[in-house]
Amino acid sequence: MAGAASTEIDSATAWGGGWNSPFKVSYGKLMMWFFLVSDGLTFGGLLTALGFAKFANPETAGSWPMGEEVFTHIPFTHMPAPLIYVAFMTFVLIVSSVTMVLAVEAGHRMDKKNVIKWLMWTVVGGLIFLISQVWEWSTFIAGPDGDIMTWADNATLLHSPYGGVYEMVGEGHHQHTVIHSFGPTLYANFFFFITGFHGFHVFTGVLFNCLVLRNVVRGVYHKRGHYEMVEKVGLYWHFVDLVWVFVFTFFYLV
Amino acid sequence: MLRDDIVEYSLHAHHSEEEGKAVRKKIRFVTILLSLITIVEVGVGIMLPKAEQSEAAWMAIKYGYIILTIIKAAYIILVFMHLGDENRNLRRMILWPYILFILYLLFIVITEAVAVNTAWSTFH
Repeated sequence: MAGAASTEIDSATAWGGGWNSPFKVSYGKLMMWFFLVSDGLTFGGLLTALGFAKFANPETAGSWPMGEEVFTHIPFTHMPAPLIYVAFMTFVLIVSSVTMVLAVEAGHRMDKKNVIKWLMWTVVGGLIFLISQVWEWSTFIAGPDGDIMTWADNATLLHSPYGGVYEMVGEGHHQHTVIHSFGPTLYANFFFFITGFHGFHVFTGVLFNCLVLRNVVRGVYHKRGHYEMVEKVGLYWHFVDLVWVFVFTFFYLV
Repeated sequence: MLRDDIVEYSLHAHHSEEEGKAVRKKIRFVTILLSLITIVEVGVGIMLPKAEQSEAAWMAIKYGYIILTIIKAAYIILVFMHLGDENRNLRRMILWPYILFILYLLFIVITEAVAVNTAWSTFH
């Protein structure tokens, strides 16, 4: 009864698929890419939903905020400055992406000192972005310095004055907006949900970067012989930057 | 336990001082490019606000923004995330399903949105 079916093959030969991965990357990096693809689909779905809301309802579309007028404020001033502050936030995130890629490059040379330096700058960039977003949100919540306002009569959440009836009263420093009626809230809903979801990613990214930075300082990866963990959190951090590139376009430009 | 039957791919990424110099040069180039694109986007946003544009001009600006965004995204994915230097199988497996799915989703959702808009305008 000796046939092919009864020949014993050890499981590594039968199921191992050879010893080379078809993708030539480590398991951890491959799984990070899988996660990023699924997370990317989530953000893609959210931004596509924003497009649906914009195009579907003729009444909403008529009062949809102009991208460059969504946020027109810079700290300590009252002059209208469309886009400037959001451009600053975008730039901070791009630069922190660059410092991250420099940290990964230093890791490939086993240059611990430079990994620490660049990773620290990445954390700093992430924190500046987070603080900026907190300030942007609080400005929206407190009053009309952009196209979204949430707290005009101390009772209503998520109303946009855009499309409603309002007038500017006073001069210079005392200028303020008197609101007579509110416009549709749909834009504000999408704005807070998507920038909030992105901000949460930035927050966790900063957290991961801090944890990995701690391990780098303690020499964990140097002992391991490679700095691939820096590369993996780097992938996540670049993804956060990547999402912001699209959020910036579809909320503040288009 | 050290296993000699597993290929340690994590070590393949190591490079020398000279190779590092070339990588940093590429990083500098991409940094400047991404900054320039952002400056152009912001400049256009400030100089040519939507409210002052004709319908046709705004369409051109809008698609310009989207093309610039995709260029930025491509550089981030292919250079910063190293996907351009990864194995071809990996690159294709990541990019094509994503691109195809998102293009399909966009097509179907925008088509639906236009249909809803038409129905709303007709029967409201």
